[in-house]
Amino acid sequence: MIEFSHIEKSFFGVKVLKEVSFTAKPGQTVGIVGENGAGKSTLMNILGGNLRADAGLMRLKGQPYAPASSGDAERAGIAFIHQELNLFANLSIAENLFLRGFPRNRTWLPFINRRQMSERTRKLLREVDLAHSPDTLVERLSAGERQLVEIAKALALDARLIILDEPTTSLTARETERLFAIMARLRQRGISMLYISHSLGHVLQLCDEIVVLRDGAVAAYEPTPQFTMDRLVSLMVGRAITQLFPARESKATDQVVLEVHGVSQPGVVRDITFQLHRGEILGVSGLMGAGRSELARIVFGLDPCAVGDIRLNAESISRLPPGERIRRGLAFLTEDRRAEGLCLEASIADNVTLAALRDLTRPAVGWLDRPKARAEVNRIRDAVKLTAAARNEQAVKTLSGGNQQKVVLAKWLLNEPKVFILDEPTRGIDIGAKHEIYRLIHELAARGAGVLMISSEVEELIGMCDRIIVMRRGRIHDTIMPREFDRERILRSALHDGALA
Amino acid sequence: MGREREPEVKAMSAAESSPARTEAPVALRLLRRAFLSEHLVLGLCLVYFAALAPFTPGFASWSNLQTVLAYALPILVVSVGLTLVLIIGGIDLSVTSIIALASVVGGKIMSGDEGWLAGHALAVPVALVAMLAVGFGIGAINGLAVTACRIPAFIATLTTMMFISGLAIWFTLSRKIGGLPSGFVMLGQQLWLAAAIAGIATGIAYLALARTLYGKWLYAIGHNSRAALVSGVPVARVTFFTYVASGLFAGLAAILFTAALETGNPEMARDNLLDVVGAVVIGGTSLYGGKGRVSGTVFGVLFLALVDNSLNLLGLTFYTITMVKGGLILAAALTDALRNKLLAGR
Repeated sequence: MIEFSHIEKSFFGVKVLKEVSFTAKPGQTVGIVGENGAGKSTLMNILGGNLRADAGLMRLKGQPYAPASSGDAERAGIAFIHQELNLFANLSIAENLFLRGFPRNRTWLPFINRRQMSERTRKLLREVDLAHSPDTLVERLSAGERQLVEIAKALALDARLIILDEPTTSLTARETERLFAIMARLRQRGISMLYISHSLGHVLQLCDEIVVLRDGAVAAYEPTPQFTMDRLVSLMVGRAITQLFPARESKATDQVVLEVHGVSQPGVVRDITFQLHRGEILGVSGLMGAGRSELARIVFGLDPCAVGDIRLNAESISRLPPGERIRRGLAFLTEDRRAEGLCLEASIADNVTLAALRDLTRPAVGWLDRPKARAEVNRIRDAVKLTAAARNEQAVKTLSGGNQQKVVLAKWLLNEPKVFILDEPTRGIDIGAKHEIYRLIHELAARGAGVLMISSEVEELIGMCDRIIVMRRGRIHDTIMPREFDRERILRSALHDGALA
Repeated sequence: MGREREPEVKAMSAAESSPARTEAPVALRLLRRAFLSEHLVLGLCLVYFAALAPFTPGFASWSNLQTVLAYALPILVVSVGLTLVLIIGGIDLSVTSIIALASVVGGKIMSGDEGWLAGHALAVPVALVAMLAVGFGIGAINGLAVTACRIPAFIATLTTMMFISGLAIWFTLSRKIGGLPSGFVMLGQQLWLAAAIAGIATGIAYLALARTLYGKWLYAIGHNSRAALVSGVPVARVTFFTYVASGLFAGLAAILFTAALETGNPEMARDNLLDVVGAVVIGGTSLYGGKGRVSGTVFGVLFLALVDNSLNLLGLTFYTITMVKGGLILAAALTDALRNKLLAGR
């Protein structure tokens, strides 16, 4: 279906793609893995017509293929499904599917044939198992359903090659299963897919062949059975990470640092009670919508709580605004770092100091102690091992995902938090940065902080936590101790119906 | 795909020192540097002045420059207040109506002809406090509307503007109030005094923005108010006080306007909203929030004042001048977009 042969690309004399060659046959799914900066995006931009290769050739269905624009790629039957979805939330499903070319009543009149559009949408939605009316607004769909609409959109364009870039990051386990089932069906229809992801488990599960990119070159290109998780990781980073999760050198204590007692908020969480100890890493598992992030927001004071009490070091903080909770030692790494974690246009220094400003200024007039702020920024950026190439005045948006996440961590670590709530701390970042973040979490626990770690990656929780609580429909459904740590056991608890395959 | 942009950025910064860039003509590079400079507007002021001085009779005279300054000072004060609001990503359209209402309230208190406190020793201090209080009060209403009631700033301040303008006219039955005490009028007649007042107000705003907690919070809210909230910034409180500050600056501007024109006028500054918003935007403050400096606003005000004054001297009508100013503000917005594009490409 698509063949890459000896693709090369340089930016300003720096080679970012070197002799990249591989092939996806009709009906085949090829996984592309690699660390951030390995060249995956550049390669996909060349395929999509946004960039031109310096050397090498692409063949589509045997014909030389050299797209000059993204329109060319689309006409050639190539569809891209990105991590950040490109749907218009304020439009209906049908409108999203046909935005590039609405069916018309008469070709020379600009009126849309609504009936034909609805019918074709209904047919497409059936193919992706989505039971919604074509007129449903996309904003009312869940992340998983939107992903399926994206696939329907690709089918509407009659795509023969679909590129999926991190399609599962915002999906629940169940939605992911559903997506994979539909992908299997597309494969039977002879549609080829390129699957780009950091979730190596999914790649191993789904793909027929895997291409490992490292520093712009193909480090390995073999059928999937030739790979194991460990081998993939060491091929990606070029060295063997013997253990993804670093060894823990400290232990949880039995001193309670955070106590959540009987917390309820109608329609969000019900009767939540748990204790977090000094030096403990407490995992929170559950499906999307189980109330995990909502609980974190309540503990941090961003959302109200109708009933119950939250105590930090035996002092009630339930009525304090977030700023005061931060001063008492709470920190919160949010799930969506672009929307809530960072001021992307602002500098690294301004982002890092934002939560600690009160301590960096004289109380009465708020006069900023600039030398102290500068020293603190430098201290903390070394601690989180932020890339040395980035200057403190540089805008955060220019950094890679992993480094952006390190900036968010630096912001909170500057305060020496007593309780750190982390909501999906490693989402969408590469394996090296992940490892670094795990190490920082361990360090924090070793210094006696309590860590509340929310994650949809069960392996991550098993690898990191002292205890895992499982939430379901706004309640704590289960508390799992290390001897019972088991992927299936945890997922079963989150789903409760025991129907997990 | 933003995750993998980093190597490209590195590559681009490497290219900066490559021969291709240094081979560009010296003049072109200087022009590029000037264009991207933070003091572009100051440069424009100087160039404009130098270019028009030979052709415009009386433009460069000392007394004319005093006129320019006298015109610019009250506008500067209100523009500085608006800069703060724009930095948090808001807008305050009510500032000129605050000036009108404060002007007539002050006049009604201290006027020797019809004032409530006519001839009283405390007439001027009371009037000054009342004028600032008008600014404070309307700023507080705007702030509450935006924070507690979550009304978009554009609508909130547009409605206060309509209401307050109407109120000022109704309050005076559309008459001007003369006979202001000489002690008050001095504030506008003695240029150094007005300059000192405006200078101190501007200086305070400058320091607050550049060197204090409050300033850092304003920028953070403008960049991303949700991230600011998560980072412990009391977003609602800071937003509220920013609208109050804008009102207070407008009240202070009302004092300078009223003293300079020696009348309490219900239509005062009615035509200056364009100048104020325009000056702030020309000064490089973004309407999307998060970006802006007091120094930029100072130069923006100065630039528009020079343009206004020179075109007046050249005998253009009010309407023509307004058209020219509108064009300049559009050019400023386009320049800003282009600068951002060039800066992003570095």
